Amino acid sequence: MSTLLPQADRADVPPAAHLLAVEDLTVEFRTRRGVVHAVNGVDFHLDERETLAILGESGSGKSVTAQAIMGILDTPPGFITRGAIRYRGTDVLTLREEDRRKVRGQKIAMIFQDALSALNPVFSVGWQLGEMARVHRGASRSEAKRAAIELMERVRIPNAAQRVGAYPHEFSGGMRQRIMIAMALALNPDILIADEPTTALDVTVQAQIMQLLAGLQDETGMGLILITHDLGVVADVADRIAVMYAGKIVENARVHDIYARPAHPYSEGLLASIPRVDQRGGKLEAIRGAPPSLIDLPPGCSFHPRCDYRRDNCTRDVPPLYEVSADRGSACHYWQEVLGAQ
Amino acid sequence: MGRYVIRRLIQAIPVFLGATFLIYAAVFAIPGDPVRALFGERQVAESTLNAIREDFNLNDPLLVQYGKYIQGVFQGDLGRNFRGRPVWDIITSAFPVTLRLAVTAFSIEIVIGLIAGVFAGLGRGRFIDNLVRVSTIFLVSIPVFVLGYTAQLLFGVELRLLPIAGLRDGWLSYVMPGFVLAAGSMAYITRLARTSLVENLHADYVRTATAKGLPRSRVIGRHTLRNSLIPVITYLGFNLGELMVGAIVTEGVFNLPGIGRATFQAVLAQENSVVVGVVTILVMVFIVSTLLVDLLYAVLDPRIRYE
Ligand SMILES: Nc1ncnc2c1ncn2[C@@H]1O[C@H](COP(=O)(O)OP(=O)(O)OP(=O)(O)O)[C@@H](O)[C@H]1O
Ligand SMILES: [Mg+2]
Repeated sequence: MSTLLPQADRADVPPAAHLLAVEDLTVEFRTRRGVVHAVNGVDFHLDERETLAILGESGSGKSVTAQAIMGILDTPPGFITRGAIRYRGTDVLTLREEDRRKVRGQKIAMIFQDALSALNPVFSVGWQLGEMARVHRGASRSEAKRAAIELMERVRIPNAAQRVGAYPHEFSGGMRQRIMIAMALALNPDILIADEPTTALDVTVQAQIMQLLAGLQDETGMGLILITHDLGVVADVADRIAVMYAGKIVENARVHDIYARPAHPYSEGLLASIPRVDQRGGKLEAIRGAPPSLIDLPPGCSFHPRCDYRRDNCTRDVPPLYEVSADRGSACHYWQEVLGAQ
Repeated sequence: MGRYVIRRLIQAIPVFLGATFLIYAAVFAIPGDPVRALFGERQVAESTLNAIREDFNLNDPLLVQYGKYIQGVFQGDLGRNFRGRPVWDIITSAFPVTLRLAVTAFSIEIVIGLIAGVFAGLGRGRFIDNLVRVSTIFLVSIPVFVLGYTAQLLFGVELRLLPIAGLRDGWLSYVMPGFVLAAGSMAYITRLARTSLVENLHADYVRTATAKGLPRSRVIGRHTLRNSLIPVITYLGFNLGELMVGAIVTEGVFNLPGIGRATFQAVLAQENSVVVGVVTILVMVFIVSTLLVDLLYAVLDPRIRYE
């Protein structure tokens, strides 16, 4: 990749590392009721400028995965028991806390679902934004304030200079989420993890926030991990989708591939559950049954109790992530059948 | 803010009148003749007694007596006791003792209570936490006088570390009574601070602070403690008044010439003006300290605004 390297070394150059590669990530919560297997061997990667959507129903382990990547897991009860999280090739799980801390906020940043509770109620938004510059860059108070105003302008908060001293509760929900985004972008991170950034907002504001995120991503070239329930949003902004079920990624594919023909029964069910304008009057299909207990996971494929494609071996053999095509995987023994069904 | 303070002070007037009247009526209702009791076994002419009664308005009905008393108060005259000593004089000589005792106790409970609470909260489930939890249960459940006598025996008589009673040793005299008076509230503050800290450590904004890459010391010191202190501050506002009341027992145990002892003696002698005078001071301490706390509360939590 580099012409500066001597010829002889060329063969030894490893393939460029992904911006972020999560390998076999396993997280459990040791609770009084038992061990909750929240994340069970998750693999995915993210490159620059790419948007990966993580999709899945409530409790499937999306937020826990994000927290593990950020290093903000509640420990105890949460523990990462296996796996690696490589940022540009370096496994951050092996870093000392002091070095890990420098990845947080500066390289990988995160925004949360509920911006009101995610912002500290007793400090002004300007103070909280400026704190990034003060702590990480050693900025003075006045520099920090100026940086805060610039950040607020960057996420298009009107009258930023006047509002810099206001407190979180004095902003609307949409504005608060903009402030969270501004805070996450303060140090120009390479990766932004957005955990259901629009769920708490009303529909028109949702669209504005998604537009803002997409615009900022274009500007900065950061990789974006977008955790969401909203398949409509995904279709608009994501490049790839990882579908999670019971702490596993069951399908991983480019957006148009999965929308055209899902390769896992669970993705198929999810897609069938979106109300479509072109199917007015048609019934809304929901996936029957309930998600399994993460304390007592079913043997074999976790999805088998709810699956229409189930055969005997599904209750016995855990499906690996089969390669459907290059850059596409499905954790279903009968993925070909699922693909063929449409 | 200024308007809020004025409104609060105006609201305090009925509280003040109600509290003083209730106390006045309660002392009025104590059976027995305080004026005759004044002379013990001695024979005194009825006319002399009556002159004294007239002098102290004791022949008037309750409401008239109280009316005359309050009129005096608003003119800056708190009255005299039966021996002719001005009530103001009694209060100003006893009050500083109680105030010093209360302030000592207040400082002790804040410093030790907060430190113990924070360490227990940060080390939740570990040895320090269990130690703190057991000792706070212990402190809360022991009656003040048991604690007082035990402390006197242990630190005064056996170890000879601290003065046992009285005021002869300057500020050292306040250390043991201060600890005894503080014990219950200190335990309560510890638990309050611990619970509040543990709760706040799991708050979303603390997670955000960690996600911002802030050092742990800053996540706790800046982002967690301040929010955790809010319930403690609220409690402290009521507690200052509580301590003044609690001081009555503590002063008895440690033989301190404070408000508590003055009140006790005045109740026995049915000296209405002294009792009500002391209560008036206590009511004012309550009103001012709760007002201060409410104002401090607004400083700590910007979501609270007083108009
Ligand atoms: N602190 C915790 N203690 C115990 N269990 C936890 C904890 N945090 C998460 N879990 C468990 O981990 C599982 C996955 O939770 P997670 O928050 O990742 O779900 P999610 O996919 O983000 O769902 P949602 O769409 O509702 O946000 C859940 O079953 C949850 O009960
Ligand atoms: Mg979640």
